Amino acid sequence: MARLFDQPHPYPGMLIVVEGIDGSGKSTQLQLLQKWLLNSKYRVFFTEWNSSALVNETIKRGKKKNLLTPTTFSVLHATDFADRLAHLIVPPLKAGMIVCADRYAYTAFARDVVRGVHPEWVRNMYGFTVRPDIAFYFKVPIEVSLKRILNARVELKFHEAGMDLGLSEDPRESFRLFQSKILEEYDRIAQEYNLTVIDATQSIRKQQQQLRDIVRERLKEYKPTPYLQKKENVYVA
Amino acid sequence: MSPKKKMFSGFGLPYIEASDIKGKLIVIEGTDGVGRTTQIEELRKWLEVKGYGVATTGWTRSPLMGKTIDEAKSGHTLNINTYNLLYAADFADRLEHEIIPALRSGCVVLADRYSYTAFARSVVRGADRQWIRKVFGFALEPDAVFYMRISIENLIPRVINSENLHKRYWEDQSGEGMDYWESGMDLHLGEDFYDSFVEYQKAILKEFDKMTTEFDFQVVDAEKSFEEINRALKQGILAVLEDEVSEEKSRRN
Repeated sequence: MARLFDQPHPYPGMLIVVEGIDGSGKSTQLQLLQKWLLNSKYRVFFTEWNSSALVNETIKRGKKKNLLTPTTFSVLHATDFADRLAHLIVPPLKAGMIVCADRYAYTAFARDVVRGVHPEWVRNMYGFTVRPDIAFYFKVPIEVSLKRILNARVELKFHEAGMDLGLSEDPRESFRLFQSKILEEYDRIAQEYNLTVIDATQSIRKQQQQLRDIVRERLKEYKPTPYLQKKENVYVA
Repeated sequence: MSPKKKMFSGFGLPYIEASDIKGKLIVIEGTDGVGRTTQIEELRKWLEVKGYGVATTGWTRSPLMGKTIDEAKSGHTLNINTYNLLYAADFADRLEHEIIPALRSGCVVLADRYSYTAFARSVVRGADRQWIRKVFGFALEPDAVFYMRISIENLIPRVINSENLHKRYWEDQSGEGMDYWESGMDLHLGEDFYDSFVEYQKAILKEFDKMTTEFDFQVVDAEKSFEEINRALKQGILAVLEDEVSEEKSRRN
């Protein structure tokens, strides 16, 4: 059976995803895109790659007892995503909305592989995932993202800096090494999944114009007709 | 004859070398209420008397996930993918923190259920067979899988009896085979609990039967008496442990 992730979704809504390393500016771009869509009277639904209370508690418990391995960490995030997909992504898509997602399964592919799981294994696990209509990848050199992050904040968070991987004692250096590895993975993913690459070193406005041009093109085919009849649950892997 | 090296069933755990892991991993599979747990208790005593270090491991008992699964089940509607992955996370945790360390320390590990239970339950709930097998690709291949096979006609009186039904009604609904999820109530297969249980177990048994050849299960007739089943299991386990004896001899030589 072909994985759901490998084929276009059947829902009337539209799924737009932004991806990129921390400090690539993707969230800013998605916000601006939403402003524009809302202003054009589209029905927009926003969702982000956040853990639910259920998994957060588990992860906290795991950290305390030092129980989390790369594999359990990865499966836990997939579990959480499956739950969010079912409750926060598929319903608005069935209702014909434009769903804007800040990070998506690609984030897991990049992070989990850097933490040590098998690339094909994690891709298979996310086979139940709805494929986005457009996935933007904000490509940025590591030094640029580092500067943006450090400008905005004085200190780096433990996980953000990948300190759990033991790459370096210095949070900044650890962050640089960790994000470089993630960046490598993202570049591979962008090619593999044909993500729409945006040069994130450009000005905010210029990037936003590119986004809007691409989305405008896709909106021509977009006819939001909510599902009125129950259809089979197609997002079961 | 040297015993076969340990292998992962699929993509594995890239940060662990499976072939370094010694010890014997013996799995007892079978549906809810077939009597796996009582057999395992007996086998553990028997092996310990023989001088083997024994570790037992169950299904959904991990310190990390046990509570999460309970919370998830008692909460709102649990999507099928979420359900399947919760069990995968639990299993991964037990594998890396119980099973592999016990094997490394040279124990015989008796597993009360293994990934096959997850395969049966997931497929019955609509998951793709290959997808769920690959998700559990981090599992170690057991040295032997004993499948306690029972017909639905014989399973019914074991589960649907006074003790179980009262426990389910008055207490926490989490008795073996009585649990809401584990009896497939989420699938709405029948009008009431009984119909649902029968339809669900029929489907589960069918999946187990299909897996018998796929995974080379050693079938144990679970309709026989406790002692007869126990004897059959001991015989099978002895054959697996002989491997180990010959391995030790070859090491000494």
